[in-house]
Amino acid sequence: MKRKLKEYRNNPVSLLLYLLVALATAVTVGITLAIIIYILIKGVPHLNGDIFAWKYTSENASMLPAIINTIFMTVLALLFAVPAGIGSAIYLVEYAPKGNKFVNLIRLTTETLQGIPSIVYGLFGFLMFSVYLGFGYSLLGGALTLAIMILPLIMRTAEEALLSVPDTYREGSFGLGAGKLRTVFRIILPSAVPGILSGIILAVGRVAGETAALLYTAGSVAKVAGSLMDSSRTLAVHMYVLLSEGLYTNQAYATAVILLLMVVLINLASELIAKKFTK
Amino acid sequence: MKDMKEKIMHAVFFITACISVLAVALICIFLFKTGFSGIKEIGLFEFLTGTEWRPKNDIYGIFPMIIGSIYVTAGAIVIGVPAGILCSIFMASFCPKWLYRFLKPVINLMAGIPSIVYGFFGLVVFVPIMQELTGTAGKGLLTASILLGVMILPTIISVSEAAIRAVPPQYLEGALALGATKEKSVFFTVVPAAKSGILAGVVLGIGRAIGETMAIIMVAGNQPVVPDSIISGVRTMTANIVLEMGYATGLHREALVATAVVLFVFILIINILVTILKNRSKA
Repeated sequence: MKRKLKEYRNNPVSLLLYLLVALATAVTVGITLAIIIYILIKGVPHLNGDIFAWKYTSENASMLPAIINTIFMTVLALLFAVPAGIGSAIYLVEYAPKGNKFVNLIRLTTETLQGIPSIVYGLFGFLMFSVYLGFGYSLLGGALTLAIMILPLIMRTAEEALLSVPDTYREGSFGLGAGKLRTVFRIILPSAVPGILSGIILAVGRVAGETAALLYTAGSVAKVAGSLMDSSRTLAVHMYVLLSEGLYTNQAYATAVILLLMVVLINLASELIAKKFTK
Repeated sequence: MKDMKEKIMHAVFFITACISVLAVALICIFLFKTGFSGIKEIGLFEFLTGTEWRPKNDIYGIFPMIIGSIYVTAGAIVIGVPAGILCSIFMASFCPKWLYRFLKPVINLMAGIPSIVYGFFGLVVFVPIMQELTGTAGKGLLTASILLGVMILPTIISVSEAAIRAVPPQYLEGALALGATKEKSVFFTVVPAAKSGILAGVVLGIGRAIGETMAIIMVAGNQPVVPDSIISGVRTMTANIVLEMGYATGLHREALVATAVVLFVFILIINILVTILKNRSKA
Protein backbone atom coordinates (compact mmCIF):
# COMPACT_ATOMS: atom_id res chain seq x y z
CA MET A 1 0.00 0.00 0.00
CA LYS A 2 2.70 2.48 1.05
CA ARG A 3 4.88 1.57 -1.87
CA LYS A 4 1.92 2.03 -4.16
CA LEU A 5 1.29 5.52 -2.80
CA LYS A 6 4.92 6.49 -3.28
CA GLU A 7 4.79 5.22 -6.80
CA TYR A 8 1.76 7.40 -7.46
CA ARG A 9 3.53 10.48 -6.08
CA ASN A 10 6.15 10.08 -8.76
CA ASN A 11 3.53 9.32 -11.39
CA PRO A 12 0.51 11.57 -11.10
CA VAL A 13 -0.67 10.42 -14.53
CA SER A 14 -0.93 6.85 -13.29
CA LEU A 15 -2.95 7.94 -10.30
CA LEU A 16 -5.25 9.89 -12.56
CA LEU A 17 -5.77 6.90 -14.85
CA TYR A 18 -6.51 4.65 -11.90
CA LEU A 19 -9.01 7.13 -10.47
CA LEU A 20 -10.69 7.40 -13.87
CA VAL A 21 -11.31 3.68 -14.25
CA ALA A 22 -12.37 3.31 -10.63
CA LEU A 23 -14.76 6.23 -10.96
CA ALA A 24 -16.32 4.85 -14.15
CA THR A 25 -16.87 1.51 -12.45
CA ALA A 26 -18.32 3.12 -9.35
CA VAL A 27 -20.75 5.16 -11.45
CA THR A 28 -21.84 2.12 -13.46
CA VAL A 29 -22.45 0.01 -10.37
CA GLY A 30 -24.01 2.99 -8.59
CA ILE A 31 -26.59 3.56 -11.30
CA THR A 32 -27.54 -0.11 -11.44
CA LEU A 33 -27.97 -0.32 -7.68
CA ALA A 34 -29.85 3.00 -7.70
CA ILE A 35 -32.34 1.67 -10.24
CA ILE A 36 -32.92 -1.52 -8.28
CA ILE A 37 -33.13 0.09 -4.85
CA TYR A 38 -35.34 2.95 -6.03
CA ILE A 39 -37.83 0.61 -7.64
CA LEU A 40 -37.85 -1.73 -4.64
CA ILE A 41 -38.49 1.11 -2.19
CA LYS A 42 -41.26 2.63 -4.30
CA GLY A 43 -42.78 -0.63 -5.43
CA VAL A 44 -42.76 -3.11 -2.56
CA PRO A 45 -45.36 -1.16 -0.47
CA HIS A 46 -47.79 -1.50 -3.38
CA LEU A 47 -47.54 -5.27 -3.57
CA ASN A 48 -50.88 -6.08 -1.97
CA GLY A 49 -53.70 -8.52 -2.50
CA ASP A 50 -55.47 -6.32 -5.01
CA ILE A 51 -52.66 -6.33 -7.44
CA PHE A 52 -52.64 -10.13 -7.50
CA ALA A 53 -56.41 -10.43 -7.89
CA TRP A 54 -57.54 -13.20 -10.21
CA LYS A 55 -59.42 -10.84 -12.52
CA TYR A 56 -58.12 -7.61 -13.99
CA THR A 57 -60.41 -4.64 -13.54
CA SER A 58 -59.71 -0.97 -14.19
CA GLU A 59 -59.74 -0.47 -10.42
CA ASN A 60 -57.22 -3.02 -9.23
CA ALA A 61 -55.03 -3.15 -12.39
CA SER A 62 -54.15 -6.68 -11.35
CA MET A 63 -51.04 -8.18 -12.84
CA LEU A 64 -51.82 -11.81 -12.12
CA PRO A 65 -53.32 -12.50 -15.58
CA ALA A 66 -50.23 -10.89 -17.10
CA ILE A 67 -47.94 -13.09 -15.01
CA ILE A 68 -49.79 -16.22 -16.12
CA ASN A 69 -49.70 -15.06 -19.74
CA THR A 70 -45.97 -14.42 -19.44
CA ILE A 71 -45.50 -18.03 -18.34
CA PHE A 72 -47.63 -19.30 -21.26
CA MET A 73 -45.71 -17.12 -23.67
CA THR A 74 -42.32 -18.23 -22.37
CA VAL A 75 -43.15 -21.93 -22.46
CA LEU A 76 -44.63 -21.69 -25.94
CA ALA A 77 -41.74 -19.66 -27.37
CA LEU A 78 -39.25 -22.13 -25.88
CA LEU A 79 -41.24 -25.04 -27.29
CA PHE A 80 -40.58 -23.70 -30.78
CA ALA A 81 -37.12 -22.25 -30.33
CA VAL A 82 -35.32 -24.85 -28.20
CA PRO A 83 -35.65 -27.90 -30.52
CA ALA A 84 -34.86 -25.73 -33.54
CA GLY A 85 -31.90 -24.09 -31.82
CA ILE A 86 -30.38 -27.30 -30.47
CA GLY A 87 -31.04 -29.13 -33.74
CA SER A 88 -29.24 -26.53 -35.79
CA ALA A 89 -26.37 -26.41 -33.29
CA ILE A 90 -26.03 -30.20 -33.62
CA TYR A 91 -26.04 -29.88 -37.38
CA LEU A 92 -23.40 -27.14 -37.34
CA VAL A 93 -21.07 -28.89 -34.92
CA GLU A 94 -21.51 -32.60 -35.65
CA TYR A 95 -22.73 -32.94 -39.21
CA ALA A 96 -21.90 -29.93 -41.33
CA PRO A 97 -18.87 -30.21 -43.59
CA LYS A 98 -16.23 -27.65 -42.53
CA GLY A 99 -16.00 -24.47 -44.59
CA ASN A 100 -19.18 -25.28 -46.47
CA LYS A 101 -20.83 -22.29 -48.19
CA PHE A 102 -24.22 -23.18 -46.71
CA VAL A 103 -22.77 -23.28 -43.20
CA ASN A 104 -21.38 -19.80 -43.74
CA LEU A 105 -24.83 -18.68 -44.83
CA ILE A 106 -26.37 -20.10 -41.65
CA ARG A 107 -23.80 -18.27 -39.53
CA LEU A 108 -24.39 -15.04 -41.42
CA THR A 109 -28.16 -15.23 -40.97
CA THR A 110 -27.82 -16.09 -37.28
CA GLU A 111 -25.65 -13.03 -36.75
CA THR A 112 -28.14 -10.92 -38.67
CA LEU A 113 -31.01 -12.21 -36.54
CA GLN A 114 -29.08 -11.35 -33.42
CA GLY A 115 -28.72 -7.71 -34.43
CA ILE A 116 -32.32 -7.07 -35.45
CA PRO A 117 -34.10 -4.77 -32.96
CA SER A 118 -37.16 -6.20 -31.24
CA ILE A 119 -39.48 -3.63 -32.78
CA VAL A 120 -38.54 -4.92 -36.25
CA TYR A 121 -39.40 -8.44 -35.08
CA GLY A 122 -42.67 -7.09 -33.79
CA LEU A 123 -43.47 -5.46 -37.10
CA PHE A 124 -42.57 -8.61 -39.00
CA GLY A 125 -44.69 -10.72 -36.66
CA PHE A 126 -47.57 -8.32 -37.11
CA LEU A 127 -47.32 -8.42 -40.91
CA MET A 128 -46.84 -12.18 -41.17
CA PHE A 129 -48.79 -13.75 -38.31
CA SER A 130 -51.43 -11.17 -37.44
CA VAL A 131 -52.24 -9.91 -40.94
CA TYR A 132 -51.03 -12.37 -43.58
CA LEU A 133 -51.87 -15.59 -41.74
CA GLY A 134 -54.88 -13.97 -40.10
CA PHE A 135 -54.00 -14.81 -36.46
CA GLY A 136 -54.96 -11.34 -35.28
CA TYR A 137 -53.46 -10.51 -31.90
CA SER A 138 -52.72 -13.93 -30.48
CA LEU A 139 -50.63 -15.88 -28.01
CA LEU A 140 -49.42 -18.10 -30.85
CA GLY A 141 -48.36 -15.19 -33.08
CA GLY A 142 -46.47 -13.58 -30.22
CA ALA A 143 -44.77 -16.82 -29.26
CA LEU A 144 -43.68 -17.53 -32.85
CA THR A 145 -42.26 -14.02 -33.17
CA LEU A 146 -40.35 -14.40 -29.93
CA ALA A 147 -39.17 -17.87 -30.92
CA ILE A 148 -37.45 -16.41 -33.99
CA MET A 149 -36.01 -13.67 -31.83
CA ILE A 150 -34.42 -16.01 -29.27
CA LEU A 151 -33.37 -18.65 -31.82
CA PRO A 152 -29.88 -17.18 -32.44
CA LEU A 153 -29.23 -16.95 -28.69
CA ILE A 154 -30.11 -20.60 -28.09
CA MET A 155 -28.25 -21.69 -31.20
CA ARG A 156 -25.06 -19.90 -30.27
CA THR A 157 -24.94 -21.05 -26.66
CA ALA A 158 -25.79 -24.64 -27.68
CA GLU A 159 -23.09 -24.53 -30.34
CA GLU A 160 -20.50 -23.33 -27.85
CA ALA A 161 -21.56 -26.04 -25.40
CA LEU A 162 -21.28 -28.76 -28.05
CA LEU A 163 -17.92 -27.46 -29.23
CA SER A 164 -16.56 -27.64 -25.69
CA VAL A 165 -17.27 -31.38 -25.46
CA PRO A 166 -13.82 -32.97 -25.94
CA ASP A 167 -13.30 -34.92 -29.16
CA THR A 168 -12.08 -37.91 -27.14
CA TYR A 169 -15.70 -38.48 -26.07
CA ARG A 170 -16.73 -38.80 -29.69
CA GLU A 171 -13.79 -41.02 -30.55
CA GLY A 172 -14.44 -43.22 -27.54
CA SER A 173 -18.07 -43.65 -28.47
CA PHE A 174 -17.30 -44.42 -32.12
CA GLY A 175 -14.56 -46.77 -31.02
CA LEU A 176 -17.07 -48.77 -28.99
CA GLY A 177 -19.16 -49.17 -32.12
CA ALA A 178 -21.88 -46.59 -31.49
CA GLY A 179 -23.39 -44.84 -34.48
CA LYS A 180 -23.32 -41.12 -35.01
CA LEU A 181 -26.88 -40.59 -33.77
CA ARG A 182 -26.33 -42.64 -30.63
CA THR A 183 -23.13 -40.72 -29.94
CA VAL A 184 -24.93 -37.39 -30.29
CA PHE A 185 -27.86 -38.29 -28.05
CA ARG A 186 -26.16 -40.49 -25.45
CA ILE A 187 -22.71 -38.95 -25.16
CA ILE A 188 -22.46 -35.44 -26.55
CA LEU A 189 -25.80 -33.87 -25.60
CA PRO A 190 -25.71 -35.01 -21.96
CA SER A 191 -22.28 -33.49 -21.44
CA ALA A 192 -23.39 -30.24 -23.09
CA VAL A 193 -26.58 -29.87 -21.02
CA PRO A 194 -25.35 -27.17 -18.59
CA GLY A 195 -24.19 -24.87 -21.39
CA ILE A 196 -27.40 -25.35 -23.33
CA LEU A 197 -29.44 -24.76 -20.19
CA SER A 198 -27.78 -21.46 -19.36
CA GLY A 199 -28.56 -20.28 -22.89
CA ILE A 200 -32.20 -21.27 -22.45
CA ILE A 201 -32.38 -19.39 -19.17
CA LEU A 202 -31.02 -16.24 -20.82
CA ALA A 203 -33.67 -16.68 -23.50
CA VAL A 204 -36.36 -16.87 -20.80
CA GLY A 205 -35.13 -13.53 -19.53
CA ARG A 206 -35.41 -11.98 -22.97
CA VAL A 207 -38.93 -13.32 -23.52
CA ALA A 208 -40.19 -12.24 -20.13
CA GLY A 209 -38.85 -8.71 -20.47
CA GLU A 210 -39.93 -8.16 -24.06
CA THR A 211 -42.43 -5.47 -24.97
CA ALA A 212 -41.86 -4.06 -28.43
CA ALA A 213 -42.08 -7.40 -30.24
CA LEU A 214 -45.31 -8.35 -28.49
CA LEU A 215 -47.34 -5.17 -28.60
CA TYR A 216 -48.62 -5.81 -32.14
CA THR A 217 -48.38 -9.59 -32.26
CA ALA A 218 -49.87 -10.75 -28.95
CA GLY A 219 -51.74 -7.57 -28.21
CA SER A 220 -52.66 -6.30 -24.77
CA VAL A 221 -55.90 -7.90 -23.58
CA ALA A 222 -55.55 -8.23 -19.82
CA LYS A 223 -57.11 -11.67 -19.43
CA VAL A 224 -55.62 -15.10 -19.00
CA ALA A 225 -55.42 -16.48 -22.52
CA GLY A 226 -57.94 -19.28 -22.95
CA SER A 227 -56.57 -20.53 -26.24
CA LEU A 228 -53.60 -20.11 -28.56
CA MET A 229 -55.55 -17.60 -30.61
CA ASP A 230 -56.42 -15.30 -27.70
CA SER A 231 -54.72 -11.98 -27.32
CA SER A 232 -52.57 -12.05 -24.21
CA ARG A 233 -50.84 -9.30 -22.30
CA THR A 234 -47.50 -10.27 -20.77
CA LEU A 235 -45.99 -8.60 -17.73
CA ALA A 236 -43.73 -6.18 -19.62
CA VAL A 237 -46.56 -5.21 -21.96
CA HIS A 238 -48.79 -4.79 -18.90
CA MET A 239 -46.30 -2.31 -17.50
CA TYR A 240 -46.19 -0.38 -20.78
CA VAL A 241 -49.98 -0.16 -20.91
CA LEU A 242 -50.16 1.03 -17.29
CA LEU A 243 -47.63 3.74 -18.06
CA SER A 244 -49.29 4.90 -21.25
CA GLU A 245 -52.65 5.11 -19.51
CA GLY A 246 -50.92 7.30 -16.97
CA LEU A 247 -53.25 6.53 -14.05
CA TYR A 248 -51.47 3.59 -12.50
CA THR A 249 -48.02 4.74 -11.42
CA ASN A 250 -48.17 2.80 -8.15
CA GLN A 251 -49.17 -0.40 -9.91
CA ALA A 252 -46.40 0.22 -12.45
CA TYR A 253 -43.88 0.37 -9.58
CA ALA A 254 -45.20 -2.92 -8.27
CA THR A 255 -44.99 -4.50 -11.72
CA ALA A 256 -41.42 -3.24 -12.07
CA VAL A 257 -40.56 -4.95 -8.78
CA ILE A 258 -41.84 -8.29 -10.08
CA LEU A 259 -39.99 -7.84 -13.38
CA LEU A 260 -36.75 -7.03 -11.54
CA LEU A 261 -37.21 -9.96 -9.19
CA MET A 262 -37.60 -12.22 -12.17
CA VAL A 263 -34.43 -10.89 -13.80
CA VAL A 264 -32.48 -11.40 -10.58
CA LEU A 265 -33.72 -14.98 -10.24
CA ILE A 266 -32.93 -15.75 -13.88
CA ASN A 267 -29.42 -14.35 -13.53
CA LEU A 268 -28.81 -16.31 -10.34
CA ALA A 269 -29.95 -19.51 -12.00
CA SER A 270 -27.76 -19.03 -15.04
CA GLU A 271 -24.79 -18.18 -12.82
CA LEU A 272 -25.26 -21.30 -10.70
CA ILE A 273 -25.42 -23.46 -13.79
CA ALA A 274 -22.41 -21.75 -15.32
CA LYS A 275 -20.46 -22.39 -12.11
CA LYS A 276 -21.38 -26.04 -12.14
CA PHE A 277 -20.32 -26.14 -15.76
CA THR A 278 -16.83 -24.76 -15.18
CA LYS A 279 -16.13 -27.12 -12.28
CA MET B 1 -33.18 -49.86 -40.43
CA LYS B 2 -30.50 -48.26 -38.29
CA ASP B 3 -29.07 -46.64 -41.40
CA MET B 4 -32.50 -45.22 -42.18
CA LYS B 5 -32.77 -43.65 -38.76
CA GLU B 6 -29.37 -42.04 -39.09
CA LYS B 7 -30.31 -40.58 -42.44
CA ILE B 8 -33.66 -39.28 -41.23
CA MET B 9 -32.16 -37.58 -38.20
CA HIS B 10 -29.40 -36.08 -40.34
CA ALA B 11 -32.14 -34.58 -42.49
CA VAL B 12 -34.03 -33.35 -39.41
CA PHE B 13 -30.96 -31.56 -38.07
CA PHE B 14 -30.35 -30.06 -41.49
CA ILE B 15 -33.90 -28.77 -41.66
CA THR B 16 -33.68 -27.15 -38.21
CA ALA B 17 -30.47 -25.47 -39.34
CA CYS B 18 -32.35 -24.00 -42.30
CA ILE B 19 -34.87 -22.27 -40.02
CA SER B 20 -32.68 -19.25 -39.32
CA VAL B 21 -32.04 -18.78 -43.04
CA LEU B 22 -35.75 -19.08 -43.67
CA ALA B 23 -36.53 -16.59 -40.89
CA VAL B 24 -34.22 -13.94 -42.31
CA ALA B 25 -35.68 -14.51 -45.77
CA LEU B 26 -39.24 -14.15 -44.45
CA ILE B 27 -38.40 -11.02 -42.49
CA CYS B 28 -36.85 -9.44 -45.57
CA ILE B 29 -39.74 -10.44 -47.82
CA PHE B 30 -42.47 -9.16 -45.52
CA LEU B 31 -40.74 -5.91 -44.60
CA PHE B 32 -39.43 -5.07 -48.05
CA LYS B 33 -42.64 -5.93 -49.87
CA THR B 34 -44.83 -3.65 -47.77
CA GLY B 35 -42.12 -1.06 -47.22
CA PHE B 36 -41.13 -0.69 -50.85
CA SER B 37 -44.69 -0.29 -51.99
CA GLY B 38 -45.01 2.55 -49.46
CA ILE B 39 -41.75 4.15 -50.55
CA LYS B 40 -42.79 3.87 -54.19
CA GLU B 41 -46.00 5.73 -53.54
CA ILE B 42 -44.41 8.43 -51.41
CA GLY B 43 -41.25 8.70 -53.49
CA LEU B 44 -37.86 7.66 -52.09
CA PHE B 45 -36.48 11.19 -52.03
CA GLU B 46 -39.52 12.74 -50.35
CA PHE B 47 -39.67 9.88 -47.87
CA LEU B 48 -36.03 10.10 -46.77
CA THR B 49 -35.56 13.87 -46.87
CA GLY B 50 -39.07 15.17 -46.15
CA THR B 51 -39.08 17.08 -42.87
CA GLU B 52 -42.78 16.79 -42.25
CA TRP B 53 -44.60 13.77 -40.90
CA ARG B 54 -48.34 14.36 -41.07
CA PRO B 55 -50.18 11.07 -41.59
CA LYS B 56 -53.54 12.85 -41.58
CA ASN B 57 -52.57 14.78 -44.71
CA ASP B 58 -50.71 11.83 -46.21
CA ILE B 59 -47.36 13.60 -45.85
CA TYR B 60 -44.66 11.16 -44.86
CA GLY B 61 -41.14 12.49 -44.44
CA ILE B 62 -38.98 10.55 -41.98
CA PHE B 63 -35.98 12.87 -42.05
CA PRO B 64 -36.70 14.12 -38.48
CA MET B 65 -36.82 10.50 -37.25
CA ILE B 66 -33.58 9.52 -38.99
CA ILE B 67 -31.88 12.57 -37.49
CA GLY B 68 -33.55 11.79 -34.15
CA SER B 69 -32.18 8.23 -34.12
CA ILE B 70 -28.70 9.44 -35.10
CA TYR B 71 -28.65 12.23 -32.50
CA VAL B 72 -29.89 10.04 -29.67
CA THR B 73 -27.41 7.30 -30.59
CA ALA B 74 -24.58 9.82 -30.82
CA GLY B 75 -25.54 11.17 -27.40
CA ALA B 76 -25.59 7.67 -25.98
CA ILE B 77 -22.11 7.06 -27.42
CA VAL B 78 -20.74 10.25 -25.85
CA ILE B 79 -22.06 9.17 -22.45
CA GLY B 80 -21.84 5.39 -22.58
CA VAL B 81 -18.66 4.64 -24.49
CA PRO B 82 -16.03 6.37 -22.30
CA ALA B 83 -17.67 5.09 -19.12
CA GLY B 84 -18.07 1.60 -20.58
CA ILE B 85 -14.49 1.28 -21.82
CA LEU B 86 -13.01 2.66 -18.59
CA CYS B 87 -15.16 0.28 -16.56
CA SER B 88 -14.09 -2.67 -18.71
CA ILE B 89 -10.43 -1.71 -18.23
CA PHE B 90 -10.96 -1.70 -14.48
CA MET B 91 -12.71 -5.06 -14.55
CA ALA B 92 -10.12 -6.72 -16.78
CA SER B 93 -6.93 -5.30 -15.28
CA PHE B 94 -7.33 -3.65 -11.87
CA CYS B 95 -10.22 -5.35 -10.18
CA PRO B 96 -9.36 -7.47 -7.11
CA LYS B 97 -10.86 -10.96 -7.24
CA TRP B 98 -13.28 -10.46 -4.35
CA LEU B 99 -14.68 -7.34 -5.98
CA TYR B 100 -14.95 -9.01 -9.36
CA ARG B 101 -17.21 -11.67 -7.90
CA PHE B 102 -19.64 -8.85 -7.07
CA LEU B 103 -19.09 -6.66 -10.14
CA LYS B 104 -19.62 -9.27 -12.83
CA PRO B 105 -23.12 -10.28 -11.63
CA VAL B 106 -24.05 -6.59 -11.37
CA ILE B 107 -23.08 -6.02 -15.02
CA ASN B 108 -24.99 -9.17 -16.04
CA LEU B 109 -28.00 -7.96 -14.09
CA MET B 110 -27.74 -4.60 -15.83
CA ALA B 111 -27.89 -6.38 -19.17
CA GLY B 112 -30.95 -8.32 -18.06
CA ILE B 113 -33.13 -5.45 -16.84
CA PRO B 114 -36.00 -5.11 -19.36
CA SER B 115 -35.96 -1.92 -21.39
CA ILE B 116 -39.43 -1.00 -20.19
CA VAL B 117 -38.05 -0.86 -16.63
CA TYR B 118 -35.20 1.39 -17.75
CA GLY B 119 -37.76 3.59 -19.46
CA PHE B 120 -39.88 3.73 -16.33
CA PHE B 121 -36.88 4.66 -14.20
CA GLY B 122 -36.00 7.38 -16.72
CA LEU B 123 -39.55 8.67 -16.62
CA VAL B 124 -39.83 8.89 -12.84
CA VAL B 125 -36.26 9.94 -12.04
CA PHE B 126 -34.43 11.50 -15.00
CA VAL B 127 -37.37 13.47 -16.39
CA PRO B 128 -38.21 15.35 -13.15
CA ILE B 129 -34.52 16.16 -12.64
CA MET B 130 -34.34 17.53 -16.18
CA GLN B 131 -37.49 19.56 -15.58
CA GLU B 132 -35.79 21.18 -12.60
CA LEU B 133 -32.56 21.83 -14.45
CA THR B 134 -33.90 23.11 -17.76
CA GLY B 135 -37.36 24.39 -17.01
CA THR B 136 -38.78 22.41 -19.94
CA ALA B 137 -40.96 19.31 -20.03
CA GLY B 138 -37.87 17.30 -19.20
CA LYS B 139 -38.32 14.87 -22.04
CA GLY B 140 -35.93 15.23 -24.91
CA LEU B 141 -32.66 14.48 -26.62
CA LEU B 142 -30.47 14.89 -23.55
CA THR B 143 -32.63 12.76 -21.26
CA ALA B 144 -32.92 10.03 -23.90
CA SER B 145 -29.16 10.11 -24.55
CA ILE B 146 -28.32 9.71 -20.87
CA LEU B 147 -30.74 6.84 -20.37
CA LEU B 148 -29.57 5.11 -23.53
CA GLY B 149 -25.95 5.71 -22.56
CA VAL B 150 -26.63 3.75 -19.37
CA MET B 151 -28.46 1.00 -21.23
CA ILE B 152 -25.60 0.27 -23.65
CA LEU B 153 -23.02 0.05 -20.84
CA PRO B 154 -23.30 -3.71 -20.20
CA THR B 155 -22.89 -4.54 -23.91
CA ILE B 156 -19.79 -2.39 -24.25
CA ILE B 157 -18.34 -3.54 -20.93
CA SER B 158 -18.64 -7.27 -21.49
CA VAL B 159 -17.35 -7.24 -25.08
CA SER B 160 -14.40 -4.96 -24.37
CA GLU B 161 -13.56 -6.75 -21.14
CA ALA B 162 -13.29 -10.01 -23.08
CA ALA B 163 -11.15 -8.25 -25.70
CA ILE B 164 -8.76 -6.85 -23.08
CA ARG B 165 -8.48 -10.22 -21.33
CA ALA B 166 -7.63 -11.86 -24.66
CA VAL B 167 -4.44 -9.77 -24.99
CA PRO B 168 -1.43 -12.03 -24.29
CA PRO B 169 0.01 -11.37 -20.80
CA GLN B 170 3.46 -10.79 -22.30
CA TYR B 171 2.33 -7.32 -23.39
CA LEU B 172 1.72 -6.27 -19.81
CA GLU B 173 4.79 -8.06 -18.46
CA GLY B 174 7.00 -6.48 -21.12
CA ALA B 175 5.80 -2.99 -20.34
CA LEU B 176 6.16 -3.54 -16.58
CA ALA B 177 9.67 -4.89 -17.06
CA LEU B 178 10.61 -1.71 -18.92
CA GLY B 179 9.68 0.23 -15.79
CA ALA B 180 6.25 1.57 -16.68
CA THR B 181 3.64 1.68 -13.93
CA LYS B 182 0.80 -0.80 -14.13
CA GLU B 183 -1.67 1.92 -15.14
CA LYS B 184 0.51 3.19 -17.96
CA SER B 185 1.27 -0.35 -19.14
CA VAL B 186 -2.41 -1.20 -19.32
CA PHE B 187 -3.48 2.03 -20.99
CA PHE B 188 -0.66 2.32 -23.50
CA THR B 189 0.17 -1.29 -24.42
CA VAL B 190 -2.68 -3.66 -23.46
CA VAL B 191 -5.66 -1.50 -24.42
CA PRO B 192 -4.26 -0.48 -27.84
CA ALA B 193 -3.68 -4.17 -28.54
CA ALA B 194 -7.35 -4.87 -27.82
CA LYS B 195 -8.47 -1.99 -30.05
CA SER B 196 -10.44 -4.02 -32.61
CA GLY B 197 -12.31 -6.01 -29.97
CA ILE B 198 -13.19 -2.88 -28.01
CA LEU B 199 -14.38 -1.21 -31.18
CA ALA B 200 -16.57 -4.24 -31.93
CA GLY B 201 -18.15 -3.79 -28.50
CA VAL B 202 -18.77 -0.12 -29.17
CA VAL B 203 -20.38 -0.83 -32.54
CA LEU B 204 -22.52 -3.54 -30.93
CA GLY B 205 -23.59 -0.95 -28.36
CA ILE B 206 -24.49 1.44 -31.18
CA GLY B 207 -26.65 -1.31 -32.67
CA ARG B 208 -28.47 -1.69 -29.37
CA ALA B 209 -28.91 2.05 -29.05
CA ILE B 210 -30.36 2.57 -32.50
CA GLY B 211 -32.80 -0.33 -32.08
CA GLU B 212 -33.96 0.59 -28.59
CA THR B 213 -37.65 1.40 -28.44
CA MET B 214 -39.57 1.09 -25.22
CA ALA B 215 -37.18 3.06 -23.02
CA ILE B 216 -36.80 5.84 -25.58
CA ILE B 217 -40.49 6.57 -26.03
CA MET B 218 -40.82 7.17 -22.30
CA VAL B 219 -38.24 9.94 -22.15
CA ALA B 220 -37.72 11.43 -25.62
CA GLY B 221 -40.88 13.50 -25.97
CA ASN B 222 -41.59 11.99 -29.40
CA GLN B 223 -42.24 15.16 -31.40
CA PRO B 224 -41.67 14.36 -35.09
CA VAL B 225 -39.57 17.45 -35.79
CA VAL B 226 -35.85 17.95 -36.21
CA PRO B 227 -34.63 18.96 -32.73
CA ASP B 228 -33.06 22.42 -32.52
CA SER B 229 -31.33 22.01 -29.16
CA ILE B 230 -30.22 19.19 -26.89
CA ILE B 231 -33.20 19.68 -24.60
CA SER B 232 -35.90 19.71 -27.26
CA GLY B 233 -38.08 16.68 -27.88
CA VAL B 234 -37.10 14.12 -30.48
CA ARG B 235 -38.66 11.07 -32.07
CA THR B 236 -36.59 8.10 -33.21
CA MET B 237 -37.44 5.71 -36.03
CA THR B 238 -38.25 2.96 -33.52
CA ALA B 239 -40.55 5.25 -31.55
CA ASN B 240 -42.30 6.30 -34.75
CA ILE B 241 -43.19 2.67 -35.48
CA VAL B 242 -44.37 1.73 -32.01
CA LEU B 243 -46.39 4.88 -31.41
CA GLU B 244 -48.47 4.77 -34.59
CA MET B 245 -48.63 1.12 -35.65
CA GLY B 246 -51.64 0.51 -33.42
CA TYR B 247 -54.03 2.57 -35.49
CA ALA B 248 -52.25 2.93 -38.85
CA THR B 249 -53.90 1.69 -42.04
CA GLY B 250 -53.20 1.89 -45.76
CA LEU B 251 -50.34 4.13 -46.85
CA HIS B 252 -49.69 5.21 -43.26
CA ARG B 253 -48.97 1.60 -42.31
CA GLU B 254 -46.78 1.14 -45.35
CA ALA B 255 -44.85 4.28 -44.41
CA LEU B 256 -44.24 2.87 -40.93
CA VAL B 257 -43.01 -0.43 -42.37
CA ALA B 258 -40.79 1.60 -44.69
CA THR B 259 -39.38 3.29 -41.58
CA ALA B 260 -38.51 -0.18 -40.30
CA VAL B 261 -36.81 -0.92 -43.63
CA VAL B 262 -34.58 2.13 -43.20
CA LEU B 263 -33.85 1.03 -39.63
CA PHE B 264 -33.09 -2.48 -40.91
CA VAL B 265 -30.57 -1.07 -43.41
CA PHE B 266 -28.84 0.83 -40.59
CA ILE B 267 -28.67 -2.39 -38.56
CA LEU B 268 -27.28 -4.38 -41.50
CA ILE B 269 -24.49 -1.83 -41.95
CA ILE B 270 -23.69 -2.05 -38.23
CA ASN B 271 -23.71 -5.88 -38.38
CA ILE B 272 -21.25 -5.86 -41.26
CA LEU B 273 -18.99 -3.51 -39.31
CA VAL B 274 -19.08 -5.81 -36.27
CA THR B 275 -18.21 -8.85 -38.39
CA ILE B 276 -15.27 -7.04 -40.00
CA LEU B 277 -13.99 -5.83 -36.62
CA LYS B 278 -14.34 -9.27 -35.04
CA ASN B 279 -12.44 -10.91 -37.88
CA ARG B 280 -9.73 -8.31 -37.54
CA SER B 281 -9.39 -8.85 -33.80
CA LYS B 282 -9.07 -12.59 -34.36
CA ALA B 283 -6.31 -12.16 -36.95
